[in-house]
This record gives sequence, C-alpha cells and structure tokens, in this order.
Amino acid sequence: MALKIPIGPQHPALKEPTNFSVELDGEEIVDAYVKPNYNHRGMERLAEEKTYPQVLVLYERICGICSQIHPQCFAQATEDALGIEVPERANYIRTIMCELERVHSHLLWAGVGAHELGFDTGLMYLWRDREAVMDILEMISGNRVNYKMNTIGGVRRDIDERKIPMLLEALDAYVPQVDLYANAFTKDPTLRARLEGSGILTRKEADELCVAGPTARASGRDVEVRRDDPYAAYEEVDFEVPVVDDGDIMARAVVRLLELYQSINILKQALKNIPEGPIQADIDEIPEGEGVGRIEAPRGEVIHYVRSDGSWYPERTKVRAPSYVNIPALIPMLIGDTVAEIPITVASIDPCWSCTARVAIVDTNKKTEKIMTFEEIRSHYG
Amino acid sequence: MLEGLKNLCRKKSPWLMHFNTGSCNGCDIEIIDALTPRYDAERFGAVLKGSPRHADVMLVTGPVTKQVKPRLKRVHAQMPEPKAVIAVGNCAATGGVFKGCYSIENGVDNVIPVAAYVHGCPPKPEAILFGAVTALNALFGD
Repeated sequence: MALKIPIGPQHPALKEPTNFSVELDGEEIVDAYVKPNYNHRGMERLAEEKTYPQVLVLYERICGICSQIHPQCFAQATEDALGIEVPERANYIRTIMCELERVHSHLLWAGVGAHELGFDTGLMYLWRDREAVMDILEMISGNRVNYKMNTIGGVRRDIDERKIPMLLEALDAYVPQVDLYANAFTKDPTLRARLEGSGILTRKEADELCVAGPTARASGRDVEVRRDDPYAAYEEVDFEVPVVDDGDIMARAVVRLLELYQSINILKQALKNIPEGPIQADIDEIPEGEGVGRIEAPRGEVIHYVRSDGSWYPERTKVRAPSYVNIPALIPMLIGDTVAEIPITVASIDPCWSCTARVAIVDTNKKTEKIMTFEEIRSHYG
Repeated sequence: MLEGLKNLCRKKSPWLMHFNTGSCNGCDIEIIDALTPRYDAERFGAVLKGSPRHADVMLVTGPVTKQVKPRLKRVHAQMPEPKAVIAVGNCAATGGVFKGCYSIENGVDNVIPVAAYVHGCPPKPEAILFGAVTALNALFGD
C-alpha cells in the first residue's frame, strides 16, 4: 500500500496556496497529483464589467511578478483588435520594462531555488542584488511592483534621457554579480549534487505537454516568442536564445542564468538606441474585432485574447499564463525522485499559481487531512 | 510582572507566519523583501516560520478566495494565544481591485479578526515593517 502525503495548501516556501499529494513507495515517488486553484478569483468575469483602461489595472494584478507582462499583453491584444499602431518609442520602453522584469524575476527565482535547497545564504545574496533592479524599476515607473506603465496604444511614462547613463551604469554593475551566481550554481559540488540528474523532463515529455519558457528550453524544446513572433522592439535588438538538452533542474537553472546575460545585453541595446517621438497613439474610435497578444514572460509564453463589440467594455477576454502548461510537467518530473527533491523540483519550473488559478473549477475535497508544509518536509527529509 | 516580561519578549521577537489567500504575489514578495538584507527585519528578532503553531503574528495577503477560506480559519485556529493578524495590502483589507469577483470574500476581516491593516498595492517593505511595529505596540503595550 503506497503512502500518500498531502502538501499544502498553506506552505511558506512558494508563497502561494496550492495542494500536492504524492504517493510514495518507501522514499520513492510513484505518483503525484497537483490541485491548484486556491487562488481562483474570477478575474475574467470581472473584466467583462470594466472598461479597457480599468481592465489594464485589474490584469496588472494577475501576478505581482509579471506586472508588466500581463497588462502589456492585454494592451497588445486590444491594439490588435482595435487596429492601433503603437509609436516606436513606446515599443522600446515596453521592451526595456519587459527585460527589467525578466532580470528581477530570474534573480527572485534563483533566490527561492537556493532557499528550497537549504542554501539561505544564496537567497540573501540574490535578493540583495535584486534590490538594484527594483530601484531601476522604481526610477523609471515610480513603483516597485505594479508599475502601471502600459496604456492602450503606448505607455504612460517616458524614460528621462538624463536617467539613461545611470541605468547603463547600474546594468554594467550587474554582470560581475551574475558571473558570481553562475559560478556558484554550476561549480559548487553541493549544488551540483542536488541539481544534476533530478527532476528530469525529457524532450518527448516536454513536447507532449507543450511546456513553455525556460522549462521547455532546458529540455531542448526551442520555443521563444521574442524571436519567433517579435513584439514591441525585439526585432531591432540582437540576442541569443539559450537552449540546453539535459532536462534536469540544473539545466533549468543554467537556462535562466544565461538569459540574465541576454536580458542585460538587450537592455543596453534598447537604452542606447531608443528613438525620439511620442509615447502614446491617438485612439479615435473603437471598432468591432478580435485580437491576440503574445509575450515571452520570464516563465514562458503568455497569451491574451480580446473581443471587442465596439463599446468601451471588452466583450470577452481570455488569459493563458505559462504556468498553466508548465504545472502538469511536474508530474513526470516528480515520479521516480525522492521526497527530499519535491521542493526544489516544484520551484524549478518557477510556478505562478496566481497566474494559473483563474478559470478552472475544481471540486474541493473538504475532508480533513494532515497538512504538511514545505518547511516540515524540509526539516524531516531535507 | 511575569506578564510584562512575556509581553516584552513577544514584542521584541515576533515570529511571523505568512499566508497567501489568493494574492497576486506582489505583497508576498514585498514581505520576503522586508526580511532580506536591504530591510533585514530579522535583526529585530522577527523570523518567518513555516508552521502556524510556532507563530505569534500572521501576515495575510490576498482577498480570501472561497476555496482558501476554510483553510484560513483552520490555520488561524492552530496559532497559539496571544496572536495577531496583520492584513497586508489593499485586497487583504477590502478586496481591493478584485472587489466584485464572484469567488472572493472581500477582505480578511470578514473571516478572522484583524489587528492591523497595511495599505498599498503592494505596500512597500518599510510600510509592512511599520505596520508590524504598530500592531505589536498596540497589542503588547508601548
């Protein structure tokens, strides 16, 4: 008889409620179940009652980490539906915000990953350096988290020319720090022992589950919206897409660390080449139509769909966040591993439950079970 | 006198627990930020704990979704007395931007008693620290 352990919904490690249960044979995981949707708020329904600018504010709060990505993607979908041309300078500012967000998100992920491994020194170092990019975001937008930079047809705030040398200097200071973490993650024997060969997602499984983002690129699945379907100003900057074939947790860490270098590279190019001009397009009328926006978020591809009926209110909006396709990939990753690997395997896909839990309706099992937090698992088995 | 000593200890070294009740992650990350080197709340003895049984103060973020409501009540009941709940962020206070969604309870105080509210969407780490200090002073005396 296999032992079944439920984990969650309250667990401090991932900062968001969700529920796992894993079936064990001794120490080995033989089956795993994931039950998200504790974060289900019903935002798509609420969005039908709001005007386009109000939906931007609402969708900024889909996720507090991707608070540039979601409103920008909604704005892109709306611009597609209404046939609005975004000014060039606004596209560059959007690119800069997206990449700053990627830097902060990947550093945040690396810190959380280090914490899951019991390497709290790493968490403290990474989050200390993350503050520098938070300062840059605050300098540009005035906010640390929900930036409110986007509007339909452009951006709301310009980047002051006088700030650009300061921003470039701050980015240069990042490179040695990223070197430090790249070295720590790939060379440290303890981290290698934990990360290499565990939580494997093969290329075949990745293709079958259609995973997105760094999770896909760490399994050799070469998908990247910034390159494949360029939006904002990505056509005008040069960058590489790191792809690793190993499919283990180390590969996912390596892909994200390499992406940090690419993001800094893109940011420097965009800041140097930013053109002059207006930052918002004029909107004269709202025609009927439908549109789609695609963005490569730090976790993978975000898709927004908007249908307009000619009024101020979007008739229907639909959001697909990357964790929605990445979370099912946890099951092949967990099976065959041990209990001690659960926290880092779950963290390795960088799941965002608040993005995911919007639409599905799940029958809640209200029976009392022993709730085991990630902290407890770590102290028992870690 | 013993009570005074106990209160002093609780005030000086509050153990925190963090519970996300459907938040967007913004406040949650600012809470962790308040504990990492830039703000470093740990130097005042505030430690984030995993289990509600070890915690004095619960930081709640999010508008309380219907799914998480029974869990929030149970986790709150598991905390030992005396305990305090701090609602961090606008949604924890009133439902915030999500007010009107069909699956939320519009704020933590509709489910469990709240000692202090920290407003902001999300509040800055300084505001979270200030809110925690204010709540502790109110509960355990200046």
